Amino acid sequence: MKAIVCVKQVPDTSGVVAVKEDGTMDRAAMATITNHDDLAAVEAALRIKDATGCKVVVVSMGPPPAEGMLRELLAMGCDEAVLVSAREFGGSDTYATSQILAAAIKKIGVEEDDVIFCGRQAIDGDTAQVGPQIAEKLHVPQVSYVAEITVEGKSVTVKRLLEDGYMTIKVATPCLLTCVKELNPARYMSVGGIMECYQKPLEVYNYETLKDDPLIDVDTIGLKGSPTNVYKSFSPPVKGAGMMLEGADKAAVDKLVGLLDEKHII
Amino acid sequence: MDLHLSKEHEMLRKMYRDFAENEVKPLAEWVDENEAFPEETVKKMAKLGMMGIYFPKEYGGAGADVLSYVMAVEEMSKVCGTTGVIISAHTSLCAAPIFENGTEEQKKKYLPKLCSGEWIGAFGLTEPGAGTDAQGQQTTAVKNENGDWVLNGSKIFITNAGYANVFIIIAITGVSTDKKGRKKKEISSFIVERTDKGFSVGKHEKKMGIRGSSTCELIMEDCVIPGDRLLGKQGKGFSIAMKTLDGGRIGIASQALGLAEGAIEETIKYTKERVQFGRRISQFQNTQFQLADMYAKTEAAKWLVYSAAMKKQNHEPYSMDAAMAKLVAAETASDVTRRCVQLFGGYGYTREYPVERMMRDAKITEIYEGTSEVQRMVISANLGVN
Amino acid sequence: MAEFNSKDTGAFKGVWVFCEQREGVIMSTSYQLLSEGRKLANDLGVELAGVVLGHNVKEEYLKALGGYGADKVYYCDHELLNVYTTDAYTKVICDLVEEKKPEIFLIGATNIGRDLGPRCAARLHTGLTADCTHLDVDVAKYKEFLKTTSTIDVDNTVFEENTNLKMTRPAFGGHLMATIICPRFRPQMSTVRPGVMQTQAYDEAGAARTVVEKVAVQLSREDIHVDVLEVKKAAKKLVDLIGADVVVSVGRGISKDVEKGLALAEELAGVLGGVVGASRACVDAGWISADHQVGQTGKTVHPRIYVALGISGAIQHKAGMQDSECIIAVNKNESAPIFEVASYGIVGDLYKVAPMLIEAIRTLKASK
Repeated sequence: MKAIVCVKQVPDTSGVVAVKEDGTMDRAAMATITNHDDLAAVEAALRIKDATGCKVVVVSMGPPPAEGMLRELLAMGCDEAVLVSAREFGGSDTYATSQILAAAIKKIGVEEDDVIFCGRQAIDGDTAQVGPQIAEKLHVPQVSYVAEITVEGKSVTVKRLLEDGYMTIKVATPCLLTCVKELNPARYMSVGGIMECYQKPLEVYNYETLKDDPLIDVDTIGLKGSPTNVYKSFSPPVKGAGMMLEGADKAAVDKLVGLLDEKHII
Repeated sequence: MDLHLSKEHEMLRKMYRDFAENEVKPLAEWVDENEAFPEETVKKMAKLGMMGIYFPKEYGGAGADVLSYVMAVEEMSKVCGTTGVIISAHTSLCAAPIFENGTEEQKKKYLPKLCSGEWIGAFGLTEPGAGTDAQGQQTTAVKNENGDWVLNGSKIFITNAGYANVFIIIAITGVSTDKKGRKKKEISSFIVERTDKGFSVGKHEKKMGIRGSSTCELIMEDCVIPGDRLLGKQGKGFSIAMKTLDGGRIGIASQALGLAEGAIEETIKYTKERVQFGRRISQFQNTQFQLADMYAKTEAAKWLVYSAAMKKQNHEPYSMDAAMAKLVAAETASDVTRRCVQLFGGYGYTREYPVERMMRDAKITEIYEGTSEVQRMVISANLGVN
Repeated sequence: MAEFNSKDTGAFKGVWVFCEQREGVIMSTSYQLLSEGRKLANDLGVELAGVVLGHNVKEEYLKALGGYGADKVYYCDHELLNVYTTDAYTKVICDLVEEKKPEIFLIGATNIGRDLGPRCAARLHTGLTADCTHLDVDVAKYKEFLKTTSTIDVDNTVFEENTNLKMTRPAFGGHLMATIICPRFRPQMSTVRPGVMQTQAYDEAGAARTVVEKVAVQLSREDIHVDVLEVKKAAKKLVDLIGADVVVSVGRGISKDVEKGLALAEELAGVLGGVVGASRACVDAGWISADHQVGQTGKTVHPRIYVALGISGAIQHKAGMQDSECIIAVNKNESAPIFEVASYGIVGDLYKVAPMLIEAIRTLKASK
């Protein structure tokens, strides 16, 4: 079997967030990280590799600098990387992105016992849509919100999280699983892995590479092929300043409780 | 010298930093308070190849270079001086002399286990009567009728001793008389295993800093080891020890560098938060100038350390470079950490913040693996000033 | 039946809400969505329909959907729909959409809704907007909404007039809000964040009026490529953050003494009649279980009182609680961002302030 893992490089929204004058995110001014849920997916695949020796291929759609992230994943132990990158792919929404990634995965080749991994969702868009949509485009079954994985021959048994519990689901391969970051803390790159990662294969798929796939059509990829568009984007206003109480002693606390009482809050 | 770090070095730095922040820093206070050797951390580092960074893959190493090793000690020391010295003593003082002086059999036997972290290494040179005066050795090794070596004597202040499985031991193998009739000790080096008969680890030292590092006495009472444990040629022990220390000094210089950098990072963060007289203390010129001086000095030390590492990597003579790196880095670390405590004020003196620990950890870098005075002797001797 | 074409936007009419059931019981998110869907249907002058997939779901539950605004309920009954599977639900829903052609289709952004929505949208070739927190069709109403929730100078901005569904959602962890439209394809699909839309008062007459239409389901075992071996509820009763009137949350500030910090939060929640929440840092550190997490990746709450103890107020946390009616923040660090959204703030040690607060509230309550 082989594992194909879809990963995304995202701006680090936990740090300083740069917003351009027009209200859109200034991605260039922000540090980039590998999406957390995707790292859990990579780790899930690497653990299957540890157990079975299977090959792990990582694939990412993004601008050329995303190569740096892919090299890091190779340094963690992945075997091959594919960067899907072309001007024609820019501006894609989840629908269009899944068309392109599905075409790329078909090019990598999906065999009978393969498993495709995605992160549950990316921290920049938080849509959780691309994984299931790739599965639909590839006509393979999906299980999302996966928190535990056991591979046995031509099927995979997973624990799928619900809000108030979980389901245990057996799914036939090839299939697509979207992983939650709680699944596994990702391993670190190793010193030896870093020394080897620039020798490992990294292929770039551009428009030319994928254009013969029926999924790749001007009507279904890029900004023009995206069913959804941004109507407006805006920053939420900062809420008006509240009242800061003087000191942190009994007097301050009594005053606060008095105010809460006065306003019938408690 | 190429002053640009390679892509691999940048990536290593990122990995070391992540690891230090997530795995080492959260334990640093506990390690210090409890004088606890961070065994689990060592296992984790070993898994990532950090216990044999610059040794070839054929011996189980990670196949990287000396600079990659220096950066590891530096990054770990930024958050925990103890963790930094564990790697340094293990790599520079035990695995390195075996790699550089061992027979093929010795390398095949010891290096894979040392590089994988299954075994931890230590180095025994210092004795109660032989500190800076390394020639004053008392430990003896005598060959018996079976061709085995019998060691007697004791070593003190041995880093990693409580947890090490393999020890490089320096001992006297004979006395010769030179032409002028002066007696001269013949010194040799040996590989001793923890389980060897007659070998034991003695009392644990209570130290001012690097308190989680296991510093103990080694005792050899009729300790019998097979004849093939001689490391290098008989009588070459002193030179092996000195060359080993040259390498070790790069490691300790990296530890000192990391401590200084770590203290500066903590201080920058603190001075931007702490408000006095209605202003963040980072807005006071004293704070600004102090930090500017400290940072510039530390960067200067860094390039001495990196340059020594690169010379060692390229098999150029580096004894003087290592001495300069250690001298400057150690004195910088002591100075910087002391000044950082001062900028923190009263809080800096409490154990609530890490800078007092860094100050205590830094002091040792001016002392072990050759005091700063020894480094000055090495440098001046290289200058022909004698 | 003519071939389905999602681009033929004029052929689509009506608003649908997917009403998720688990173990035969309709989830409360469905009522929120129906209430919201009702407003959209009124603005468009069209019918609102609830869609239920399940097996042997009680008639009264189906009728009850009318009490929250549904004019009609499409009920798809099949034994293979009892427990959710992506394959079965996607097939049945897509078949129904292709036949009936609704213009808007809302799905609750539950763990199941967010599995189902994207798969359906991909099959139908239409757009889907995830995890929406606000919906409009009417531009005037949308402008009113922007006036209170954005920094846009609404009166001096040009808005394209149309009745497309304007789906607003937070992006980049709440740093930005984006309003998305799907102008060229139908249905316009959206998953809606649970707990955000207000549920309307139950309307008996509406329930009596609603029509339940049983749909002929075409489904066989071969359509499903997974086996659900087990569905298990978490053993522990989970905290109901979303429904809580008062939430007392703790953050990294309790790291000094986690046990004591949690005990104080529980005591304070006790006197205020609320529940305990937590920031992501506490959940990540393993101090408290994930069902307590408030924030972007946790739950969105808008209780009457929200107390933040030792929470710095990362934007991801604020995203989940800033709409609370009264926010009381206690934090040692006076520049903690939580104070930016707080109604009342105390700069101090929570271990000292919380016991005093508990005491003062007890005294007040005793005096009444």
